[in-house]
Amino acid sequence: MTTPYNAAPSDNRSFTNGSGAAAIFSAGAGCFVLAVLAILGDKSALIQRSLVFYKPTGPLSGVTTVAILVWLVTWAILERRWRKKTLPAARISAIALALLVLSLILTFPPVGDLF
Amino acid sequence: MGFGGLYLLACSGALIGLYQFTTSSAAPESTPGQERFMRIYLITMVVLAWAAVLSGAYAIYPWYRAAPPPGAVDLSMFPQHLLMASPATIGWHSLGMEWKEHVSWFAPISITMVAFVFIRYGHDLRNHRQLRAAVLVFSVASLVAAGIAGFFGAEIDERAPVQGGNTIQLSRGEAK
Repeated sequence: MTTPYNAAPSDNRSFTNGSGAAAIFSAGAGCFVLAVLAILGDKSALIQRSLVFYKPTGPLSGVTTVAILVWLVTWAILERRWRKKTLPAARISAIALALLVLSLILTFPPVGDLF
Repeated sequence: MGFGGLYLLACSGALIGLYQFTTSSAAPESTPGQERFMRIYLITMVVLAWAAVLSGAYAIYPWYRAAPPPGAVDLSMFPQHLLMASPATIGWHSLGMEWKEHVSWFAPISITMVAFVFIRYGHDLRNHRQLRAAVLVFSVASLVAAGIAGFFGAEIDERAPVQGGNTIQLSRGEAK
């Protein structure tokens, strides 16, 4: 019996990188969603109002809650799909890091104001 | 501020620990006790990071952005409006707080991921070079995000409202 393509060897802690890749990619995606929502909330009064989940905190409550939900749901889905696989971690990490850097740039107000 | 300050203090230790644990040339072997300590250290950082952003967003920030009653002249209890009332201080809000309130959330998201990956792979992370690199970069990003938030938090939430002046004073020297 042969090991199926991309399936985990017996010790998946040692050989597969899918679980780590899922965590890394979803963290980058979560940061990026937060940055995009922050800009959208700043540009559209309708979106801004819809993001007020807790009035004293204002739209920040919705921006962060939605971003965290997207991050956790993405992570859960990818963890389920990737945990027993070996994936091209370099590409996935590069995308996650690009999303993280973009997020840091987009949240800088002078950049966000360009949109 | 307390949680964020502790988090910033812990960041440098985490970076050194992660580097030592996950770089093959830095530490040939680590004991299970050292690995367990690192796990507890990272979990503590996760708790601190989330405590910092949640207390900041839901306890401090509502006080910061509270709206003064119509016609109010004394804005000393309304920091956002106090800062926005003068062209000399409006930047603390439009740049400082606007950046801080969003960028600070990257710290708990990043460090949660870092802690998960370390707990999942442990010492074996040294065999996953790309994951290890990403974890270290996210750790640095977490430190940067917390540093930005900490700097503006200290300046805005404490100094600017307390002093209530018209100008931003980063330091004050004495004339000789």
